[in-house]
Amino acid sequence: MRYHYFPGCTLKGQAKNMESTTMAAAAALGIELVELEEWQCCGAVYPLYEDELITLLSPVRTLAAAKGEPLVSLCAACHHVLKRAQELMQRNEEARKKVTDYLEVDYAGEGRVLHFLEVLRDDLGFDKLAEMVKKPLEGRKVAAYYGCLLLRPSKVMQFDDPENPTIMEDLLKAIGADVVKSPYRTECCGAYLSVTEEAVAEDTVTRIIDSARNAGAEALITACPLCRYNLENCASEDGKEPIKVYYFSELLAEAMGLQFDQLMTSALERRRSSDGNK
Amino acid sequence: MATSNKTRLVDEMKMQSGQDPNECYQCAKCSAACPVTAAMDLLPHQVIRYLQLGFEEDLAKSNTPWICASCFTCAARCPRDLDLARMMEGIRLVMLRRREGNKFGPADLTPEQLEKLPQQALVSGFRKYNK
Repeated sequence: MRYHYFPGCTLKGQAKNMESTTMAAAAALGIELVELEEWQCCGAVYPLYEDELITLLSPVRTLAAAKGEPLVSLCAACHHVLKRAQELMQRNEEARKKVTDYLEVDYAGEGRVLHFLEVLRDDLGFDKLAEMVKKPLEGRKVAAYYGCLLLRPSKVMQFDDPENPTIMEDLLKAIGADVVKSPYRTECCGAYLSVTEEAVAEDTVTRIIDSARNAGAEALITACPLCRYNLENCASEDGKEPIKVYYFSELLAEAMGLQFDQLMTSALERRRSSDGNK
Repeated sequence: MATSNKTRLVDEMKMQSGQDPNECYQCAKCSAACPVTAAMDLLPHQVIRYLQLGFEEDLAKSNTPWICASCFTCAARCPRDLDLARMMEGIRLVMLRRREGNKFGPADLTPEQLEKLPQQALVSGFRKYNK
């Protein structure tokens, strides 16, 4: 299984370990993720006004670069922007014409745009994944935190049931963890409000973490670097039992039996080989 | 409360977002669903009511569109299939597109924030609060 891979800005910065753990786990699962050449930031938020065409240039350039072949991203925000930009290109002919003329590319909304979790569920299959697990996470009580961007708007994202999703819990089951369901798993973490209105983000993430803790979770998984930042940095946690926050890929890599030093080595090797190519 | 003409903001909004605030029947499910109402001076369904009445300048003074984090829960729960997140974006853009309309930019960040915040937070913040 071979896919184009779009990393996005944060996967090369604050969320490097999401990329390195995914790459290691994907290799162990026989999934090849080939990084797009000369990619650029997706823009992080999807423009909600249809005359904001300039902010679509970057995601449409990425979509066109995949040449209609499956395109995978890991960051929930990147996936959201790419998927919605694709939908706009399919639906709005005027916008498509303006954007593709400006970029001088030929793109009409074709190709599968996937989050890596969808590759695991739909292309590999969680049953198959469960068979390939080397070190099941037995006895680890983990809750899934979905946030907003993978689920909503569900008509466009078509990722899972927006009110009662199961994909992350199914992943946790496949890697042998004890799944904890928490009522606030699809609530917003406050997103970029942690930049301008930290008190609001404190309120939202404290509710999310308290709800997971009360449900018995010792850890949370997320697919979004900004959710993770907010969960780790904005909650009011005085004297409470700490909750560890992971990228889903960290637990996946652990269940595949990949040790931290192996992950570092594979990341270094990749860097060396890409340096060698220059 | 100033009554202003309802043409500009609402007409532009209908065209650019495909959302007609007049289709809302004020059930307030959006306000029940919104996770950040505690910090808002107008509840989400009140914003739609103000749009229906054309209270453009009152909306311009409200903090609600700037507290909205575009989580799309309001739109997911709306029984009229209206996308309030798009309407909030419309109010923000009307303000941002005015001269000196930017709300937040790189100069407003502290060195500690620059060090710590993920790139995604910075890019989204600038996109939402700056033109």
